[in-house]
Amino acid sequence: MSNLTIIPLLIPLTTGALLVFFRNQRIWLRVISLISVFLNVAVSLYLAYQVYHKGIFTLNMGGWAPPYGIVFVADMFAMILVVTTTIIGAACLIYAFATVEEEKERHYFYVFYQFLLVGVIGSFMTGDIFNLFVCFEVMLISSYALIVLGGKKRQLRESLKYLLINIVSSAMFVTSIAYLYGVTGTLNMAHLSVRVAEAGQGGMMTLVAILFLFVFGMKAGLFLFFWLPGSYTVPSPVVTALFGALLTKVGIYAIIRTFTLIFYHDPGITHTFIGILAALTMLLGVIGALAYRDVNRILVYNIVAGVGFIVFGLAIANQSSLEGAIYYLTHDMVAKALLFLLGGIITAAAGTDKLSKMGGMIKEYPLIGWLFLLTTISLVGVPPLSGFIGKLLIVQGGLEGGWYWTTGISLLMSLLVLLSLIRVFLQVFWSDNLHRVKPPQPLKLNAGLVTPVLGLGLLVILIGVCAQWLYPYVSMAAEVLMKPELYIEAVLKE
Amino acid sequence: MKRTDDVVLQTTSQVTVFIIITFSAFLFLAGHNNPGGGFIGGLMSAAALVLLALSYDLKTVKQALPVNFHYMTATGMLIAIFSGMGSFVFDAPFLSQAYDYFDLPLLGNVELATAMVFDLGVYLAVVGVTMTIILSIGEDR
Amino acid sequence: MEILMSVTTGVLFMIGTYMILSRNLLRIILGTSLLTHGVHLLLLTMSRLKTGVAPIWSEDIGAYVDPLPQALILTSIVINFGVTAFFFVLAYRAYQENKTDDMEQLRGGDDE
Repeated sequence: MSNLTIIPLLIPLTTGALLVFFRNQRIWLRVISLISVFLNVAVSLYLAYQVYHKGIFTLNMGGWAPPYGIVFVADMFAMILVVTTTIIGAACLIYAFATVEEEKERHYFYVFYQFLLVGVIGSFMTGDIFNLFVCFEVMLISSYALIVLGGKKRQLRESLKYLLINIVSSAMFVTSIAYLYGVTGTLNMAHLSVRVAEAGQGGMMTLVAILFLFVFGMKAGLFLFFWLPGSYTVPSPVVTALFGALLTKVGIYAIIRTFTLIFYHDPGITHTFIGILAALTMLLGVIGALAYRDVNRILVYNIVAGVGFIVFGLAIANQSSLEGAIYYLTHDMVAKALLFLLGGIITAAAGTDKLSKMGGMIKEYPLIGWLFLLTTISLVGVPPLSGFIGKLLIVQGGLEGGWYWTTGISLLMSLLVLLSLIRVFLQVFWSDNLHRVKPPQPLKLNAGLVTPVLGLGLLVILIGVCAQWLYPYVSMAAEVLMKPELYIEAVLKE
Repeated sequence: MKRTDDVVLQTTSQVTVFIIITFSAFLFLAGHNNPGGGFIGGLMSAAALVLLALSYDLKTVKQALPVNFHYMTATGMLIAIFSGMGSFVFDAPFLSQAYDYFDLPLLGNVELATAMVFDLGVYLAVVGVTMTIILSIGEDR
Repeated sequence: MEILMSVTTGVLFMIGTYMILSRNLLRIILGTSLLTHGVHLLLLTMSRLKTGVAPIWSEDIGAYVDPLPQALILTSIVINFGVTAFFFVLAYRAYQENKTDDMEQLRGGDDE
């Protein structure tokens, strides 16, 4: 029981409300948001360190004991994701300073930015399934505002669809919660786990589980990703980076949490189904990435492929595959944020997002080029970069668990991801394109653009090289996922 | 919104607005142990302001009530957050509340709770958000 | 009573889905509204309908109703209120910008 648990959530919340008053003072807007994000990185690192040494932290809001009150839980899995989120939040914020127009800043860009972080961090830390819905909504409402900011024709059109899809899936979310409450009579996740284990996971519970899978799959882009390419390509690059790195991952987190804590009794049906969806997502994602010829769409379809791979780690559900899933999830958040920030620089420097009109940029932007290559090989899983260990562990788990076909598909996917991204690299940086269209004036790489990509690039290397030191944390996170008793004990202790 | 100049509507709303606002204050204060509270009170106050805007026009309402509703929302949120912050000092879980009975002049023995502060924040935030939404739709014409 | 509520929920879901599938933007928004109302009714029904007093503690409290679903529904209504309002503003802006509220014409294609 400690109030420390809630602080990573309170910092962006307070900052967001405070920033409304500084609407017209750009300097203050930036200074306050910058202080807030770095403070939050420090606090969440400290909290993660404390969790590592003292075990799971919980906080009963208002002193109402679970299962009656709302509880926030900081276990290692949540903390790893929170730390990654805050770091990405800091990097994207610096990038936003350099790219976001003054007009958007005055329309509360930073306010919604902070609220987005509130929603994401809240979703990771909440221990109550209805509160998960509320945090989802906080995150989504901020994302609606961020996606439409700027108000271009195409943006407005795509955000209409984004909004509609999310309203319908939120309605489905509440429906599933209603069924779950009707069957079990509780909404606290730890208590749910106990109740489901007592009553046994019958046909009704499995049905509810599949409903939840549908809802979270929609948010995560697991198989139901038809809405994703359209809406993720319209906002400014920094918003896309944030969405690609955080929003879909919250959906994945929710899938992993519910299917390791609550609905883990009937893996023959649920986990096989998840595995099939994951395999299809990987295949369709890379096909999309190979099919398109503009940078934004290729990158967006790469998100989809990544989602499939992480969820595959859950479907196998043994210790090494879950460790792999957590590792790869962290890596994927950092690498995707980096990829989209680089993509933003590339399209800004070329003045277009069509591959056929780009070429030879390695001469002018060597740093960006090599960083792009670094991200590519890291996403593919070349040692010693960050993607390697996650991939290794998932593949190892898949072979142990007898998922030979899907493991094969995931390895094939890695190769095709390499193909799709290396094609971008070759075309944009390496080729002598005669049809290259040069923008009127070259893009100046200032510190606001370079610092975040360099920082994230360094992180991609460090996550891989320092695996030895990170492994105990990841292993601890996976242990809680493997043994739900630990989580239940921490929440319902008395 | 265009000016309507409906005499009947304007005369009635001059009276009813105050009744509605009084009732919303009652609802807000009743909220601790009875149905009511910041959210409902806030919505009702906002409804009164909307009624004013309907019977006169937005400009009149703005002149009568020179409040920036964006700031009002943010103030409400900050109050709500800081009402929970006291728990850090007393080492209680976040958003814990305390209450006690006080003898106030005129009112007699009254129960005052810290949840009231939180509710005040909710009230301000709800009025602010509702008015922001309605003004942003209504102004555009 | 539960049967009646279930049927009502079903009808609301049906109408909501029908309206979401139409081409007119305004109908779609109203459809999402109806859909969410259906969900709220479902939530109320799932927690078993019974009569009793408000769950506020007093000496002579007898049968009381489950307060949780009502709290959940209130939260959900608030969220839905905000989202619907946002949707209306967005639809209005999109209509001004794109000069149409027909989803068929808002499909977007490869022309960009």
